[in-house]
Amino acid sequence: MLGLPVRRPAPRPFISRSSSALRRRLVLGLLVVLSLALVTASFRESEDGPLHRAQATAASALQPLEIAVERVARPFRDAWAWTAGLFEARSEAERLRAENEVLRQQVIQNESALQKNVDLKALLDFVEGPQFPRDYRAVATSVTARPAGAFEQEIVLPVGTENGVEVNAPVMTDDGLVGQVTRVTGDSSRVTLLTDESSAVSAVDLVTGAEGIVEHGQSGDTLVLNRVSKKAVVNVGDEIITSGWRTGSLSSLYPRGIPIGRVTSVGQLNTDLYQQVQIESQVDFSSLDSVVVLVER
Amino acid sequence: MSDAATITGVVFVAALLQATLFSSLDLLGGTPDVLLLVLIGIALLRGSVTGAVAGFGGGLLLDVLTLDTLGLTSLLLALAGYWTGRYAETTGRNRVHAPVVSVVVVTALVLVLGFVLHFLVGDEVSARRALLDATIAGVGLNLIIAAPVFALCRAVLPPLDRISRAGEVRVVG
Repeated sequence: MLGLPVRRPAPRPFISRSSSALRRRLVLGLLVVLSLALVTASFRESEDGPLHRAQATAASALQPLEIAVERVARPFRDAWAWTAGLFEARSEAERLRAENEVLRQQVIQNESALQKNVDLKALLDFVEGPQFPRDYRAVATSVTARPAGAFEQEIVLPVGTENGVEVNAPVMTDDGLVGQVTRVTGDSSRVTLLTDESSAVSAVDLVTGAEGIVEHGQSGDTLVLNRVSKKAVVNVGDEIITSGWRTGSLSSLYPRGIPIGRVTSVGQLNTDLYQQVQIESQVDFSSLDSVVVLVER
Repeated sequence: MSDAATITGVVFVAALLQATLFSSLDLLGGTPDVLLLVLIGIALLRGSVTGAVAGFGGGLLLDVLTLDTLGLTSLLLALAGYWTGRYAETTGRNRVHAPVVSVVVVTALVLVLGFVLHFLVGDEVSARRALLDATIAGVGLNLIIAAPVFALCRAVLPPLDRISRAGEVRVVG
């Protein structure tokens, strides 16, 4: 029995190895052409084009599943954020304690100034644009998805036009401004974060009134206040808020008064046209779980 | 369950997990890419054509889930799946280090090509963030989670060589 030759079955090759090189290249070519066609069509057509509509329909169909997975995944994400936060918890607590002392004194001064402000505006018949938060309705929601990779600083929310959300609606958390809605479908919307390369927000120093534009910083979640004139005064620790300017029919996308962050450093070179102001946002952009979309009333 | 159905299911779950969980696990400027790892696993086990098709489907699903420009991720992942599959069919065949080489090379290439593509379609992307921070951290994170992901892939998609060896044992016995 042992001496008999054994018939071995021929090893099963890779499916694609057995296919001809031509077939393999055809498949790859087809997929590449299809991808490029999708990119071109998706890029060129308007937001209500057939491809965008199909994408919105598919996204809506998948949304319940996405929300379910997000709920299951949330404890793990929270655990990750908690672990990452441990490293800076001690210094953060000390900083907050000191800040609390200062803020307690400021509240008293602010209340007095606010009353004076209301009286003066009434005297002047002052006309203003939409005020935050008075003229806005808050749509609170969770974050369901994020694009992969470092190319886009964006999040996806399960609220859309059905909830009153519109393109350019500001998005924030308790800690400050998060970004703005850049794409909206019936029941979902995409938010471009403040840390994205394409984001820019006109802002003002709450203490000194120095104006500038907040843009992404060199790395991570850092922000910079650009275009601040050298004559303007900006101090470390100053609060930076949205300026909410209005000129004729043009106005800023953001209402005045949404906190953006605090100044961490101010510098200027003789050769620079503007000051170099760095800001640290209180928002943790890497672990956003829930946000508020501001919808004008 | 057929191979195609298993691969579809695995890619679908991986895309969902990538969009909802792994993309938010930011560490040192990078995030782990579990969908890419699953595709590398599939391509190593099933070859270039399956890898390319799975990559295209997974990328399209991710673009839909994240309301991103359709086709961008599909293109990247289809090429990644194809390259990994070709590597497994040729020089990387039966090499122990093939999975590690694939993870390092494909992750880096996907990030670099992604940067170029996003730049071409007009997205403003920081070169330093995309090419330095994200690449180094991304490759590191992918290497860390590659072992369990590949083990999972091998569990649901047994290597074809193993199937044929099982037949051989049956004949001899």
